[in-house]
Amino acid sequence: MRVRARGIGVRLGGADVLCDVDIDAPAGQVTGLLGPNGSGKSTLLRSLYRAVPTHRGSVRIGDRDVSAMPARERARAIAVMLQDAPTDVDLTVLEVVLLGRIPHRSAFGDDTREDLRIAADALRRTGVQDLAGRLMATLSGGQRQRVMLARALAQQSPVLLLDEPSNHLDIRHQLELMQLVREQRSTVVAALHDLNLALTSCDHVVVLERGRVAGQGPAREVLTPELIGRVFEVDARLLGEQDPTFAFRPLSPLRSALP
Amino acid sequence: MTAPPLPAVVTAGRDRARRRARRLTLALALALVATVPLSAAIGTVEVSPLQSVQITLGHLLPGMPWMSDGSLTPLQDQAVWQFRLPRTLLAVLAGAGLALAGALMQVTVRNPLAEPYILGVSSGASVGAVLVIVLGSGAVLGLGLHAAAFLGAVAASLAVVALSRHRGALSPTRMILTGVALGTLFSAITSYITVSTSAQNVVGVLFFLLGSVSAASMGSLIGPAAALGVACLVAAALTRHLNALMTGDEQALALGIDVARLRGLLLLVTSLLTGTIVAVAGGIGFVGLVVPHVARILVGADHRRMLPVTVLGGGLFLALADLLARTLAEPTEIPLGILTAFVGAPFFLWLMRRSGAERAGMGR
Repeated sequence: MRVRARGIGVRLGGADVLCDVDIDAPAGQVTGLLGPNGSGKSTLLRSLYRAVPTHRGSVRIGDRDVSAMPARERARAIAVMLQDAPTDVDLTVLEVVLLGRIPHRSAFGDDTREDLRIAADALRRTGVQDLAGRLMATLSGGQRQRVMLARALAQQSPVLLLDEPSNHLDIRHQLELMQLVREQRSTVVAALHDLNLALTSCDHVVVLERGRVAGQGPAREVLTPELIGRVFEVDARLLGEQDPTFAFRPLSPLRSALP
Repeated sequence: MTAPPLPAVVTAGRDRARRRARRLTLALALALVATVPLSAAIGTVEVSPLQSVQITLGHLLPGMPWMSDGSLTPLQDQAVWQFRLPRTLLAVLAGAGLALAGALMQVTVRNPLAEPYILGVSSGASVGAVLVIVLGSGAVLGLGLHAAAFLGAVAASLAVVALSRHRGALSPTRMILTGVALGTLFSAITSYITVSTSAQNVVGVLFFLLGSVSAASMGSLIGPAAALGVACLVAAALTRHLNALMTGDEQALALGIDVARLRGLLLLVTSLLTGTIVAVAGGIGFVGLVVPHVARILVGADHRRMLPVTVLGGGLFLALADLLARTLAEPTEIPLGILTAFVGAPFFLWLMRRSGAERAGMGR
C-alpha cells in the first residue's frame, strides 16, 4: 500500500518543525528519509502514524486517510519501530514480541497458537530466537533493536515505519536488517543516518532540510554529491558508478559547525 | 491439518513460567479459602474451624440442621457471623484491592515506588474521617465516618487529576508530584485537627490512619467488594495494554493504544477501589506497595500472570496479618498498618535479595 503525505505541517513548542512536506512512498518499496540532525526526519515519521499532531496536511495509506482511522485499525495498518528500544522493561523477549499482536486481538483471552507462531517466526527472522526467554533489560542495544523489529514484524502490517533502525547495530546486522526489511514486501519508510546504507538499500529517498523536502525520488538520482554537499554541508564524492561500489565519502565539513 | 510445532527454544521459558504461575495462583486461592473460616474460628470465644464453617453456611443457606439443634451457642454464632467473619472478609477484600490498586498504579505512572495512596487518596480520606471523629458527623453534612472518608478520597484524586492535567495530557511525573504535594497539605490539615482535639479522639484518629478492619460489618463489605469486582474485570480486560504501557507511552501509542484514555481509566478504577477501601478500613499501608513487587519477583512482570497472584496474595497476606493483629497481644489489638509493616518489610527485604528478584527489575 502506498503512503502519501500532502502538505504536512508540524509545529512543536511554537517552532515550525515541518513545513508543507509532501512525500510519496511507493507500495512495497523501501523509502529512506534522510537529512541532518534536526531536519525533521523523526517528526515526519511520527506524523505519519499520528504520534505528533499535524496542524496541516493529510496522510493517506492506500486510499484511506490515516486521521480517519481508529487507533487499533491504524496499528493494524502501520507498524513502527522506534529509535529507542525500551531498556527498563521486565518483560521477556517473547512477551515483548507478542505485544505486536495487540491490534489484532480482543481484550480478553490468551495468546492464540497463531500469535505464538507469528511471534516465533518474527524472532527467527530477526535472529533473536535464542533470546526468547531472556528479559529485555538484559540484552545489548543491538539485540534490543532486533527484538523491537521482531515486534513490528509480528504486527503483520502492510506499512512499516523505522526510525533509525540501524542505530545500535554492527555493520553486518545493519545490512541484514535492511535486507530483511526489503524481503517483507511491505511499504517501508525508514529514517536513516547512513547515506551509504540508504544508497544500497532504499529504492526511493526523501531528503529533508530544515523541515522541508530538499529532494525526493529514486535513491541514485536524488543522492548526488551536490545535494549531499548542500544539505549536509560536507564535501562528498562518488567512489564508483557501478553496484556495489557506489558510495559516498564525506571528506570534510564545508564549514565547521562549531564556532 | 495440524500446524507445525512451535520451536521449543521460543516457548519453553514461557511454558515454564505459566505453569509456575498457575500452580502459585491455585495454591494462593486454596490457602485463602482455608484461611477465612480458620481466622473466623480463632479468638476469645472458642469456636472450632468446623463450627465456623457451619455458622457461615448456616447463615447463607436456609434449613441447615446445626443452626437449630443446640450444638452452637448464640455467643459463638455472634462471634463468628457478626465480628470475625466480616473483619476477615474485609481484610481479604482490602488486601486484594490495595494490592491490585498498587499494581495498576505502578504501571499507570511507570514507577516502582507508586502505591494506591500516591495520589493523596488516603490523606484525603483521613481529612474526611478525622472531621467526623473530632467534630461529629453533624459538622460534615451529617455524613457518617465511612461516607466522609470516601468523599475525601474521591475529592483528593479528582483534585490531583485536575491539577496535574497539562494541555489535556496526564504526565506521570506531574501526577506523582501533585499527589505528594496535595497529600502533604491534607496530612497537615489532619495533623492540625488531631493535635487540637481531646486525647480520646486522638486514639480513634490514629487507628484510622494506621488502618483497621475491626469495625467491619457485613454491610461495610459491599462497597469494597463491588469496587474490587469492577477493578478485576477492567484489569483482566487490559492485561495486554498494561504490558504495552510498561514499554513506554510511545510504544503503546504505536500499538494503537490510546494512552491518555487508558491512563484515565486506570486512575478512575484505582481511585474508586482505594477510596472504598480506605473509607472502611483506613490507611492500611505497605500492602499496595509491596505485594505487586513480590508477585513480579515470583512470576515475572507479565500482567496476565502477576495480577492474579497480586490479588490473591494481597488478600491472603492481609487476612493473616489481621489474624496476627488481634491474637498476638490479646486482648489488645495491634493496628493493622503496624503489623503489615512488621511482618511484610523483613519478608520483602529477604525476597529482594534472592536471585529471582532481577526478574522484577531489582537488578537496576
